[in-house]
Amino acid sequence: MTALDWIVEIASWIAILMGSAFLIIGAIGTLRFPDFWSRVHAVSVTDSAGMLLLTLGMCIQAGFTLITVKLIIIGVFLFITGPTATHAVANAAFVSGFLPKGADKFRRVIKLADKEAKIAKKRKRSPLKGKL
Amino acid sequence: MRHHLILRVITKLLVGPILLFALYVQFHGEYSPGGGFQAGVIFAVAFILFGIVFGLETVKKVFPPWLVHKFAALGVLIFAGTGVVSVMLGSNYLNYNALNPDNPQLGQVGGIIAIELGVGITVAAVMVAIYYAFASRTPMINDEDW
Repeated sequence: MTALDWIVEIASWIAILMGSAFLIIGAIGTLRFPDFWSRVHAVSVTDSAGMLLLTLGMCIQAGFTLITVKLIIIGVFLFITGPTATHAVANAAFVSGFLPKGADKFRRVIKLADKEAKIAKKRKRSPLKGKL
Repeated sequence: MRHHLILRVITKLLVGPILLFALYVQFHGEYSPGGGFQAGVIFAVAFILFGIVFGLETVKKVFPPWLVHKFAALGVLIFAGTGVVSVMLGSNYLNYNALNPDNPQLGQVGGIIAIELGVGITVAAVMVAIYYAFASRTPMINDEDW
């Protein structure tokens, strides 16, 4: 193996291992955090980072081939859709008036959530307030 | 509308690439994983995603139910028609060699592409039809009642 091969291997494995570490941390956070909002936060942020690093590592492994182009397309696709899915879940919870643990103290948040729930009710969406 | 803004923008962005990817899976099926069934499902997913985000009425304007049923029949017709053509050419049912007797291999490729196209069209249409059937049912419980 030449020096360049070693550099490619080391760089790609650093990226892949870091991406795996991000995903494992996200999984642990999903299991261990106390309520919905912190779980969503843990899994969404680490998911994007881990996915990008894994794709980058695989791109370096593949070199200048068609596989790299496909991996970049997959990366862009996941980079757009992952946060969108998280947004949809979190938005649905927020509209239905689901508050973070211990948020009763924060009046402004409750007021905002009430307002959102009222708007949703006006539009005849289901306000499942406090039932989730 | 305000709450669905991001979803709507992303959906508009994604529906085109999803359809394109379905066609890629469809017509690249001989060389890579894929084929008619998978391509049909991906093609239907674009319409289902559009229907979920923009509402059933909108997607029914894009792909009206009567056309869905016609496409479901058209795919079967293409599949069976390929077989009938090979019978007409004097061979067994679905024997692709008969499509191009001078170069049987080319005939097989053409025949497989034709029947995969039929499978894809039927699967896409049936998936969309199932979605329509489920989504246009009247809800059993009112949203306000639970």
